Amino acid sequence: MKQDDLSAGRIIRAPENFLSREGIKTVFAEGKKGRRDFIRSAFAAAAAGVAAPAVLAQGNPVPKEGGDTNILNLPEHATGLGQSVVTDGYGKPSKYETNVQRRQSPGLTQTNQASVSFSPLQSLFGIVTPSGLHFERHHQGWWDIDPSKHRFMVNGMVKTPKVFTMDEIMRLPSVSRFHFIECGANSGAEWGNVAVPTAQYTHGMISCSEFTGVPLITLLELAGADLKNGKFVLAEGGDGSSMTRTIPMSLITSGEVFVAYGQNGEMLRPENGYPLRLVVPGVQGVSWVKYLRRVEVGDQPYATKDEAIHYIDLQPSGLHRQYTNIQECKSVVTTPSGGQVLLDKGFYNITGLAWSGRGKVKKVDVSVDGGRNWRPARLESPVMSKALTRFNVDWVWDGKPAIIQSRATDETGYVQPTYKQLRAVRGTRSIYHNNAIQSWLVQENGEVKNVQLS
Amino acid sequence: MSSFRNAVIAAAVMAAAGGTFAQADSRFPGIGRAATPKEVAAWDIDVRPDFKGLPKGSGSVAKGQDIWESKCAHCHGVFGDSGEVFSPVVGGTTAEDVKTGRVAKLKDSTVGRTTFMKVATLSTVFDYINRAMPWTAPKSLSTDEVYAVTAFLLNLSGVVPDDFTLSDKNIADVQKRMPNRNGMTTQHAMWPGKEFNGVKVPDVKNVACMKDCATEPSVGSFLPDFARNAHGNLAEQNRMIGPQRGADTTVPEGKAPAKVVESAKPAAASGGADAKAAIALLTKHSCVACHGVDKKIVGPGFNEVAKKHADKADYLASKIKSGGSGVWGPIPMPAQALPEADARVIAAWIAAGAAK
Repeated sequence: MKQDDLSAGRIIRAPENFLSREGIKTVFAEGKKGRRDFIRSAFAAAAAGVAAPAVLAQGNPVPKEGGDTNILNLPEHATGLGQSVVTDGYGKPSKYETNVQRRQSPGLTQTNQASVSFSPLQSLFGIVTPSGLHFERHHQGWWDIDPSKHRFMVNGMVKTPKVFTMDEIMRLPSVSRFHFIECGANSGAEWGNVAVPTAQYTHGMISCSEFTGVPLITLLELAGADLKNGKFVLAEGGDGSSMTRTIPMSLITSGEVFVAYGQNGEMLRPENGYPLRLVVPGVQGVSWVKYLRRVEVGDQPYATKDEAIHYIDLQPSGLHRQYTNIQECKSVVTTPSGGQVLLDKGFYNITGLAWSGRGKVKKVDVSVDGGRNWRPARLESPVMSKALTRFNVDWVWDGKPAIIQSRATDETGYVQPTYKQLRAVRGTRSIYHNNAIQSWLVQENGEVKNVQLS
Repeated sequence: MSSFRNAVIAAAVMAAAGGTFAQADSRFPGIGRAATPKEVAAWDIDVRPDFKGLPKGSGSVAKGQDIWESKCAHCHGVFGDSGEVFSPVVGGTTAEDVKTGRVAKLKDSTVGRTTFMKVATLSTVFDYINRAMPWTAPKSLSTDEVYAVTAFLLNLSGVVPDDFTLSDKNIADVQKRMPNRNGMTTQHAMWPGKEFNGVKVPDVKNVACMKDCATEPSVGSFLPDFARNAHGNLAEQNRMIGPQRGADTTVPEGKAPAKVVESAKPAAASGGADAKAAIALLTKHSCVACHGVDKKIVGPGFNEVAKKHADKADYLASKIKSGGSGVWGPIPMPAQALPEADARVIAAWIAAGAAK
């Protein structure tokens, strides 16, 4: 890519314009001294000029006094008595973390009960999504259900239809596994063009947790399921929407599908289906039925509302693909990402998430020049099947425009496609299963933009 | 002592005679029990494309229209074509589509998609209305009412005539007239397993080129400047510590931040106990399905109502009970069957300004 192509459109060349008057003074002062790495201190000055919280003061120069006042003047927390234990029986994040919230995308839905909230990927570390920041998708509102009254039924092509209480399910041998859950419509707004500004809204309908529960096959066997003729399983929720989905038998007989009650060491959160939800590794979130009340074994698929009217993928031919379940290999750089501003030139750790509904992530490559040259990123352990994988790569930003991309390859050899490749086959109206490579444009002024290349 | 011993013997005899645990999987004794036929009937309500599970019954287009106008139209519009709350149910299908089983307008990228343009299986429509509609009172329709509403929608879509009565006897014939019945394919690689005889190899292929790769020539799509703040101030959506901050999108790019960037705080309850009680009632009676506390949804936001009808608690209480239309727009508000006392609490709260 030619730099001119960028600067002609979006790049603001001079940093002066986004600084306060004090900031500009600093810029000139630093400039006179011949220092080029002035952006950070200028930015800090600008921030200090307008914002009171000490956390905003990020410059790290040696002050005239001969030392940082944060070091020289001992703070209250170093000289006083702190708070007692159990001020909060179920602890909460620091008060300085209030910006990290799951959020709705304005205008996406008309109601708040059939809606979505997006997980703040740009602020998360590692691969586990804190349960309170797990993305939400409700079809008819969420409930906090009394677990002592919740029942789970197995019926259909079984020897004996069975009913289980939560007590009984939690007595059975359990498994604990890390898996990602991604909405089939994640990145759906971006099929045709850029529509939303940040990683939270482009990719935030994905989360990853350690789930604990009982393999569904165990419960089917307890009911004496006909696994020879029973080729499909219907899962059904116990809430108002009574969500139903046809679950692939191959993932049940392999032992992968399980009914979960635990999430990240605690019980499921109500928004995530307390007290019982289905976990269908690698398959889109709509199949992970919440408030799970029943599964039915049958010899035909069910064509439920969310596999016959929604969650079907429109192709250019006018045909819809039905029963598209697998979330194909995908990745996104979470920082730096859209809507962020880099504080300075110099060293950065580019970090992001990769995943595949077909197994483990084998490698992730990162480009900072819009896809011309790529470097392999470091995959952080653990790398697990059908779970998020964290990747990192070193980067020294020279202050020039850069387009950051990540490209994941999974253990089947499948390589995450570009928008051009995806659209050439599926058009732009599929809504679901957009796993294209994401591009973030880092501008000279440090501000990062969501862009698509064409 | 002897009574304890007798009890143990009795239990052993029962087990030997095929008592409580005899049916259980030998690996996990004591876990689960047989579901009764009554329990299975209560929950096993799904209807499959071959109409397995369909309950016996019938309903006419005319009856369906009555039910629709009283229970469905306020969200979906009188003719099922409103997109104000949910995507339109009806529209976009033609008599030719009924013949071919393929909706021609699905090829037209300028046309939005309705339920009847997409759905191939009539069982899906029946099943979904039966299990999840009306939205705020799911599973409240009788079987015959579900038939009637389904018949009405089929009539609006030009699938059945005005005088039609849909029943378990003729539903399979109506399936043969569904406008998009031939519009689905399972020829893809995204179903785990062989049940649909899909394809093995994924449809999109990329190669992991590492050096001097062909790239797209330029930035082809980005957010326009006017959308800069459409998702709220991004400065408040990023952590205040670390390698970067969120951009202040309250000012145009390239301008100094206009104000102190404060941490986002969850909305604090400032309306006191009365507001809390009223807001709890709004949720309990599903008012918030159609009215936001501070924004329009289907009906006006409570803040808007408060502005227009300040201090008119009696009027508001009666409007809540009776419903109405024409004051705020074309979509009617149905009469609400909530206790008088609850209506008064809500009305008083609105009349006092609808504080959060």
